[in-house]
Amino acid sequence: MTTLIDGHTQTDAIRLADVSMTFDSDRGRVTALDGVNVEFARGGFTSLLGPSGCGKSTLLRVVADLLQPTGGQIDMLGQTPHAARTGRKLGFVFQDAALLPWRSVIDNVVLPLKVGGGASISDHADPHELLEMVGLAGRESALPHELSGGQRQRVSIARALICKPQVLLMDEPFGALDEITRDRMNDELLRIWAATGTTILFVTHSIPEAVYLSQQVLVLASRPGRVKEMVPIDLPQPRDRSVRDTAEFTAAAGYLRRVLEEC
Amino acid sequence: MASTLATSDPVAPTLGRQRRRKPHPLRRVVLPFVGVAVLIALWQLVCVVFDVPTYIIPRPTDVFSTLTSERSLILTHLQPTLLETIAGFLIGNGVAVVLAILFVHWRSAERALMPVAIFIRTIPIVAIAPVLVIMLGNGYAPKIVIAALISFFPTLVNMVKGLDAVDRQAMELMKVLSASRRETFFKVRMYASLPYLYASLKIATGNAVIGAIVAEWIGSQKGLGYLIIQSTYNYDTPLLYSVMVAASLIAVVFYALVEIAERLTVKWNPEETP
Repeated sequence: MTTLIDGHTQTDAIRLADVSMTFDSDRGRVTALDGVNVEFARGGFTSLLGPSGCGKSTLLRVVADLLQPTGGQIDMLGQTPHAARTGRKLGFVFQDAALLPWRSVIDNVVLPLKVGGGASISDHADPHELLEMVGLAGRESALPHELSGGQRQRVSIARALICKPQVLLMDEPFGALDEITRDRMNDELLRIWAATGTTILFVTHSIPEAVYLSQQVLVLASRPGRVKEMVPIDLPQPRDRSVRDTAEFTAAAGYLRRVLEEC
Repeated sequence: MASTLATSDPVAPTLGRQRRRKPHPLRRVVLPFVGVAVLIALWQLVCVVFDVPTYIIPRPTDVFSTLTSERSLILTHLQPTLLETIAGFLIGNGVAVVLAILFVHWRSAERALMPVAIFIRTIPIVAIAPVLVIMLGNGYAPKIVIAALISFFPTLVNMVKGLDAVDRQAMELMKVLSASRRETFFKVRMYASLPYLYASLKIATGNAVIGAIVAEWIGSQKGLGYLIIQSTYNYDTPLLYSVMVAASLIAVVFYALVEIAERLTVKWNPEETP
């Protein structure tokens, strides 16, 4: 994984060129990603959708430098994923919020400033403003077990945003929430996206969620994990819940379902 | 290896039990006392009704009067036992914690030393006590070593388990944040291990007292263990029972102190894995 890939432009935040990932397990070699070529535009909102085992999470982890791809090149904002990670250019939101239960809400939010050289980052967001943005003003000193699942995920989003990342990677962040909370969190996320202009990669199992949130949906096929199709979602921006009742929304969801059925 | 051993220790159920709803505070305080009072009353009743001789089973009233009349004797012998218990507890658990930290960061050390630890554990404490008395003389040293040995193993196993009880996403988070191993240890592993540590410390409180007393049985001239042997030879059962009460009092107070320390430091809900 080295330098720039040819044809890099400022409009692309992330480029994957022929990225492959194989794991050696007890049952032999598993190809999680097979020659993935894809670009994500700066400031865009892309959902990664696909059946279980299609490598959505693996793709996210390869981009986040949590896994080293076994082949291909990745360009993150003109840097290697490693440089982007250590430079705090990316925020990661986990499915289970991954808050440290012994740290208060505010201490969880500022954790990125306390470890891994985070203390030297001067251009970071104000944690109190972030908590206000995610609707948790006044809960600074609460412990995670005093919060609901949705509130915990809000804290983890605030934590991911504390270093003003240019890329936000979200791994099924609302998958464990009930539907009402999930809808609310979707609206919150769109608002946060509009306010921060961050490039977002969003892994999800839910077709309506992908359609509602995204400018484009990357459909992945499984065994081996590969790009099936990049589907643009041409719904008006900014969106509110009324868009879900439109024929265009239903058509887009229907199209995605048909693509997924072929996977 | 560590995890399979830990499940055989009575530690995991302690963690699970906290899931139960807490009863009303009045019940929580009053009911145990009622239980103890009923038990003592029953004991007295059995002794009186069946006219049990004092040298076989003394009546609770006899024990109580001996506890007051022989107070200074018991206190004199309680002091060395207390000292051995505390020193053994601190040393045994201290070494266990340090070893566990070493094991978690250096798996080869775990593979090399864990069998040794298991071997030491399999030796019955009554068998090792005479060996240590011969080796270390008749002072405090063998008693402290035995109290330490008996405290050591559950804490080692639990601490290794606790330091590893960090969920995958929390570890990934630390990696995304480029945290060093040191930071991961002090910000995550250490806290994750605390509920496990306290569970084993609570076991160690009672065990350390047992270790100290058993060690005192062998050629000692002071301590509660010595007093137990003496009062048994003399058929002084009220004194024997009084010593038992004193010994369990040490264990109970010790346990309570660990419990208080736990409540002060573990304020989150340990049921939730980080």
